[in-house]
Amino acid sequence: MEKLVKQTIEKYGSDPNRLMDMLIDTQEQFGYIGPEAVATLAHGLQLSQVDVEQTITFYHFLSTKPRGKYAIYLNNSAVAHMFGRDAIKDAFEREAGIRFGQVTEDGLIGLYDTACIGMNDQEPAAIINNKVFTRLTPYRVREIIRHMRLGKSLDELVNESYGDGRNQHPNLKTMVSSNIRRKGMILSDNYVMGKVLREVLPGISPEAVIAEIKHSHIRGRGGAGFPTGFKWEFCRKAKGEKHYVICNADEGEPGTFKDRVILTEKPELVFEGMALAGYAIGGDEGILYLRYEYRYMKDYLESVLQSMRFQQLLGTNIGGIEGFHFDIRIQFGAGAYVCGEESALLESLEGKRGEPRDKPPFPVEKGYLNQPTIINNVETFATAVRIVENGGEWFTQFGTEDSTGTKILSISGDCMFPGVYEVNWGFNVEDMLDMVGAYDVQAVQVGGPSGTLIGPDEFHRTLGYSDLSTGGSMIIFGKQRNLLRDVVLNFMEFFIDESCGSCSTCRNMPQVLRNKLVKILNGKGVKKDLTDLREWSKTLLASRCGLGQTAANPIVSSLKNFRHLYEELLQKDIEFDEGFDMKASVESSCKYVGRVPKFHH
Amino acid sequence: MSSLIKFKIDGAECMAEAGTFIVEAARQNGIYIPTLCNMPGVKPKGSCRICTVRINGRLMTSCTTPVADGMEIESNSNDIKELRKSIVELMFVSGNHFCPACEKSGNCELQALGYLYQMMVPRYPYDFPNRGVDASSPKIIKDQNRCIQCKRCIKSIKDEQGRSYFAFRNRGNHLEVVLDEELAATMTDETAELAMKNCPVGSILVKEKGFATPIGKRKFDHQPIGSDIRV
Repeated sequence: MEKLVKQTIEKYGSDPNRLMDMLIDTQEQFGYIGPEAVATLAHGLQLSQVDVEQTITFYHFLSTKPRGKYAIYLNNSAVAHMFGRDAIKDAFEREAGIRFGQVTEDGLIGLYDTACIGMNDQEPAAIINNKVFTRLTPYRVREIIRHMRLGKSLDELVNESYGDGRNQHPNLKTMVSSNIRRKGMILSDNYVMGKVLREVLPGISPEAVIAEIKHSHIRGRGGAGFPTGFKWEFCRKAKGEKHYVICNADEGEPGTFKDRVILTEKPELVFEGMALAGYAIGGDEGILYLRYEYRYMKDYLESVLQSMRFQQLLGTNIGGIEGFHFDIRIQFGAGAYVCGEESALLESLEGKRGEPRDKPPFPVEKGYLNQPTIINNVETFATAVRIVENGGEWFTQFGTEDSTGTKILSISGDCMFPGVYEVNWGFNVEDMLDMVGAYDVQAVQVGGPSGTLIGPDEFHRTLGYSDLSTGGSMIIFGKQRNLLRDVVLNFMEFFIDESCGSCSTCRNMPQVLRNKLVKILNGKGVKKDLTDLREWSKTLLASRCGLGQTAANPIVSSLKNFRHLYEELLQKDIEFDEGFDMKASVESSCKYVGRVPKFHH
Repeated sequence: MSSLIKFKIDGAECMAEAGTFIVEAARQNGIYIPTLCNMPGVKPKGSCRICTVRINGRLMTSCTTPVADGMEIESNSNDIKELRKSIVELMFVSGNHFCPACEKSGNCELQALGYLYQMMVPRYPYDFPNRGVDASSPKIIKDQNRCIQCKRCIKSIKDEQGRSYFAFRNRGNHLEVVLDEELAATMTDETAELAMKNCPVGSILVKEKGFATPIGKRKFDHQPIGSDIRV
């Protein structure tokens, strides 16, 4: 083992900044990163062993203990539960003979929960050794486990037909479906690869590119909505030895999967956008930070990059422009929602725990390796190409005045046609529900758990930066759903699992709020609990990053828009209840001593 | 680089060198802003959030934000004080902090902030987490019950090659600070003493030594925290 780990260290030039790659390679090679591997990495990189371990233990898909020859990660997003996840979980546990979080004695199978894997339109879904298995049923689970025991290869386990579109590409061959239901400028078939790099860029200066982007008024598509043109301009003007272009493909907001579809169907458009950005800011290195859940795309995306290099769309003197050099490498995450926050992403890129940085300084001044860096969403880069191709003015005819262009929505939950829809900004929720065939809708979660939960009286509202802002996640809940138990509690547990833990507020407060929600769900709530939830959640606003600041949103927004659901659960005529359940608390000790206590009230 | 700029804290005119972090700039002007994770000489990380102030309507940590010309900082208003108090309470309920039995009582910054903000009883229910005590290393006891994950030991205690004795493990509310077994085996007495000194609470204790300064004669026994700064 030591020899192989040493080779891995050498492969990445003994550079501690590439620790993530070393850890991922080691994990995939041995199924875990054991004490011997940790010691070898620590000595090879001049780090202490706990320093190496602190990066490992930060990421969900890295482990210091064996995870099984087949490591099964079953998605536990709210939508997975709505589509029968419990039955799938039971089937896995029954067939494997173990509980989730365990590995079979023979080391063959490990079962794990995992946060949204970006397959909300084809749940229940699981990742097994980097391959995605969608639309699982108990029958398929039995078959998969049986085949594992027979020693079949992973490829043999996939006995279904491949998904639509380029999911059938020889380097992809996955059962994932793209489910594109509505196309606009980004998903359109009229994109000609390389047209902008070869035909447009030779005629305009980098400053002119930035001017077009500014003129288009495009704002970041990841959710925060910062004006893209200004970001590029700040970065171009910032002094540094090198400027970096980073594409944020850490699509982790539960319910979002549009970046998966863009990268499957239009990867050339994204990479061309990154090269275009490199030209604009004066950078020659691009990095695609891709979430580990999408590891199955690795070979496919590498092949796309390679073919673009052959066509002189990446590499040196791109598009025949003397001195325009740019290339892209793919860096994988390893399972951490917070790494979608741009400064946490930078930390992860540098081989560290994904703890957000303090701002200022902003990445445009001090980003990757302390150099000026732009970090944009997958969709933003794709859109930038169309803007430069057709002009900023052309772009402003789409959408609304303050939200120009189109937005790709990931729509899932209770509707006839879940999938990806590219619409003009300004679309209202009512039209959206009619478009996807959603009837008897109780609520829509706009923008994922960190966004807002709205009810029918707000369905007239429109999608845009000044009204309902969204990075694209739209989850629909029918009347049959228990919003507090099945949605709000699930979202709160998501935030608890995904907090990096750096801020005292975000490390501790979501748990306090969750416990109070559980108290209410258990029928122990009183009126004051609702005031407490609202007031206590304010402390989270003092957190460093967006994750912490919005971690109470599931409760805050449901309390605001669905207060009656809480009130129905409260005890009447009682002012105080500590929520302590004596019977439950002494249950295990009673079991052992064989005694039943008497309760006096 | 010695260009003095003007700014205001709670309306009071202040001056400091441009680029100074607010917490330090405030100190130079005789204004105390509470801190826990911050340490002079070590790059700040803004993790305890206790030094939060409001600037232009935004909550910012004063240990990581440099002062700028004309900046107006709100620090001692009722709602910022209330926010800080709520953070102190949150720290108390999220660990197991039993002051009377703690070696650090009277020298503990968390305890001192509890007094400063007149915390009678935390508003939040106690979590009573099940945490351990690691006494396996020769020089140090690491009591996880009292750790507030401020990162001071991680950032400040290194060996001559720059390697960290302490590091985080896990994330979220499973986060803990652990000691490197290999490095701890050769830790010097001086390093152990420094680690204990740098810990704002009683989570890092030097073995075979206790109560060298008796209760009643400790740092915060007579003067509240921050009183050395206030003018």
